[in-house]
Amino acid sequence: MSVFKNKLTLIGMIIILLLLCAAIFAPVLTPHNPNTQCLSQALKGPCSDYPCGTDEFGRCIFSRIIYGARVSLAIGIAVTAVSAAIGVVLGMAAGYYGRAVDEIIMRIVDIFLAFPGLILALVVAGLLGPGIGNVMLALALVGWMGYARVVRGTVLAEKEKEYIETARSLGANDLYIMFRHLLPNVIAPVIIMASVGIGYAILAAAGLSFLGLGAQPPTAVWGSMLSDGKTYLQTAPHLTIFPGLAILVTVLAFNFLGDGLRDLLDPRLKDKAWNRG
Amino acid sequence: MLNYISRRLVLLLIVVLGVTIMTFALMNLAPGDPAEMIAMARYGLENLTVEEVEHIRISEGLDAPVWIQYMHWLAHALRGDFGRSLVTGDPVLQEIIVRAPATLMLALASLIVSLLIAIPAGIISAAKQNSLLDYLARSGALLGASMPNFWLALLLILLFSVTLGWLPVFGYGELRHIILPAVTLGTGLAAVSTRLIRSSMLEVLEQDYITTARAKGLREGNIISRHAFKNAFIPVITVIGLQLGHLLEGTVIVESIFGWPGLGKLLVDSIFARDYALIQACVLLFAVFFVLINLLVDILYVYLDPRIRYEKKG
Amino acid sequence: MALLSIRNLTTIFNCEEGQLKACSNVSLDINPGQTLGIIGETGCGKSVLGMSVLRLLPANAVINGQIMYKNQDLLTLPDKEMCKVRGSEIGFLPQSPSTSLNPVLSIGEQLTEGLQLHRGMIKEKARIIALDILRSLGLKDSARTSAEYPHQLSGGMKQRVLAAISISGQPSLLIADEPTKGLDAVNRIQVVDLLRQLSRKTRASLLLITHDLKVAAALCDEIAVMYSGEIVEKGPAEQVLNNPLHPYTQGLVASLPERGLYPIPGHSPGLLDDSPGCRFYSRCPIGNEKCKCQPIINREVDGVHVRCLYIDQSGGAQQRIYGRGFQSEAG
Repeated sequence: MSVFKNKLTLIGMIIILLLLCAAIFAPVLTPHNPNTQCLSQALKGPCSDYPCGTDEFGRCIFSRIIYGARVSLAIGIAVTAVSAAIGVVLGMAAGYYGRAVDEIIMRIVDIFLAFPGLILALVVAGLLGPGIGNVMLALALVGWMGYARVVRGTVLAEKEKEYIETARSLGANDLYIMFRHLLPNVIAPVIIMASVGIGYAILAAAGLSFLGLGAQPPTAVWGSMLSDGKTYLQTAPHLTIFPGLAILVTVLAFNFLGDGLRDLLDPRLKDKAWNRG
Repeated sequence: MLNYISRRLVLLLIVVLGVTIMTFALMNLAPGDPAEMIAMARYGLENLTVEEVEHIRISEGLDAPVWIQYMHWLAHALRGDFGRSLVTGDPVLQEIIVRAPATLMLALASLIVSLLIAIPAGIISAAKQNSLLDYLARSGALLGASMPNFWLALLLILLFSVTLGWLPVFGYGELRHIILPAVTLGTGLAAVSTRLIRSSMLEVLEQDYITTARAKGLREGNIISRHAFKNAFIPVITVIGLQLGHLLEGTVIVESIFGWPGLGKLLVDSIFARDYALIQACVLLFAVFFVLINLLVDILYVYLDPRIRYEKKG
Repeated sequence: MALLSIRNLTTIFNCEEGQLKACSNVSLDINPGQTLGIIGETGCGKSVLGMSVLRLLPANAVINGQIMYKNQDLLTLPDKEMCKVRGSEIGFLPQSPSTSLNPVLSIGEQLTEGLQLHRGMIKEKARIIALDILRSLGLKDSARTSAEYPHQLSGGMKQRVLAAISISGQPSLLIADEPTKGLDAVNRIQVVDLLRQLSRKTRASLLLITHDLKVAAALCDEIAVMYSGEIVEKGPAEQVLNNPLHPYTQGLVASLPERGLYPIPGHSPGLLDDSPGCRFYSRCPIGNEKCKCQPIINREVDGVHVRCLYIDQSGGAQQRIYGRGFQSEAG
């Protein structure tokens, strides 16, 4: 059983590595320029020239998918990094200082949790206008709560332990204790949440770009490629199948990684409620 | 118990208030001049004059400081007046009331679909741990959780509408219209629920009281349905309740794809149209739904678990 | 004619680390109406023995040998048939009352379940009989108890409920798994009383699994001492406890507080260790090279079976080291 799981984690890591390579070396790997239109070749199915076929403007879908990996990975990683950072800082503060600070921060968490994140992100991104930056900001704003809660919980538990007492009696100030002692203990669940979080951020970003937010044409983005392909579903389903497959494989890979990391870093975490499922 | 509910209701109020403040703040931070937008909607782009824009600014109270504007909005909202839609000119409340049932229906149908899939899959997966069925269920769940729901929607449309022609894409009013959207949302929810039910059930099946039940001579089927299920389901209910939040998220995109006349589509349309009053009210409604669902789930939890319902005696 | 006759029972668990042998060639008999105690330290395999008889072990367990109950080999029964045996022929009194009752079902429901299943009663009748059983076991306010949930009961009450459940099917054999584990002296006496009451009422045989020598002394007709999966000594209770022949048993007796609390040095071998020869060798005060390599056979001395090469019938040197006499649990 665990052997199987390890294989999955390995597969996940390999896929992510391949994606990173694709993103970084995109110009080398793609047979065609992703934005070059070739109307005579429009809506062609997969063939030797175009491994994934072409879209309605004759652009190579395969190349667009490879370039799209850049956007997706960038968004995923950036959003998760920012969310995690916000969450860790706020969670740490809430857990460490307690009382009023804790109450206020937790109420803010409750308010943010009070609505489905994608909707808030939609509103933010929609109101701020198109562009990748706005999408990233929006998603980061709705993703930090989970990290805050987990970090707060761990800090509350660790705060009372003796090594903190010892550090304090040796004259360490609050910031030092938080970053030198508490942070390392908190890292493990944060990393696990982050790896699954990247996948989720990519999924959410794809959704928003499907609706028309985020990167604007002609930039190749998986979500908007699916939206464009919608119109040609009947005649050219490959416009829909391949970009969607790309999203699926990417998110799956991050989920595998997250599962594997969970098993690796702390098998006990398997039982925690936020990790269920 | 009553104490608990009243405390939660107070929290609900605070949270909902916070949500409205946040949305209001967002809309004011957004680029674009609300007075201009209203003027454009009323008089059309060509006939716009600066005087008219300023006139609107004053008449709509848009010249006052933000927090006073918020107070005005709140005062009106409490009376049920959420303003008028920029696009149609109709009262916002009316627009929402007309669309709300569609979304609720879709949400309910999706929940039913998800439970129909997740409960049997989760239970069988746990009862026959590590069997082929178990692996299939878990793989399916992982796949479902990693798949974009709009892609699934398009694939289902490709299969059932385009290729097979069994089900329609658009439409509202008959059972066959709701099937594809509900299945799309339901399978996404089922993916997460299956894993939860499975792990909860596995945990329960390891407990001592299950051994006692087996030692009594009860058959495995009886043990699962009578002894294990209720115990396993209680923690799952809270999480399913939270998943309903994701369901509401999902309605936004799915309604847009299927042209389903619900609140999700309304929200998306109003965001692109910069219909501020409508956006504010929609977001408020989504938040209220979400918080209410959480409250209901918590109450249900308390009701189902005798350990909480009947306080321990001395 | 023995009620339960176990022959060469070997229970193995297949794990990642290898094969764990929890029970090794165990053979014993229980006669109708008799109480047999299995004593040994934690991890010696006695609970696994009890669960093997009931076939309630996890999926990775493999049971070999023969378990004859009323002339039927339980190990060859199909699952459906085994379910019929459990509860109605062989009852089970589990450890740890706090976790052995289903928290979301009422006491009454859990009790009537057994009655309806094994005695074919309709719900109403089962309810009445359930109340009777609860009352007879000392739960006077049986109607109220029946309506309550496990978390509302005290530990002692929960144990009585479990006892009620275990006899509700009117079994001929009752297996009690460590009924006094973790209890203080007062509660221990209550449990001993309860078990005595049970065996008197139902005239069932009792297989008592315990680490507590005094409890065994108070209740058992026969005692089998288990060490690291093997039965090292078996015989009438008084004899085994007052005149122990196997060095391990002598050590157990000597380690009692009243005898001076002499601990047995070392610790028991892991169950993965499959070397031939005596498993007690490394801790034994009198063993030698022969003990380590030779398979040890059972010998019988005056009605007591012992698995040792060196038996001093007089109790001799061993007894002088460890003291003499034995006081059983009062009550």
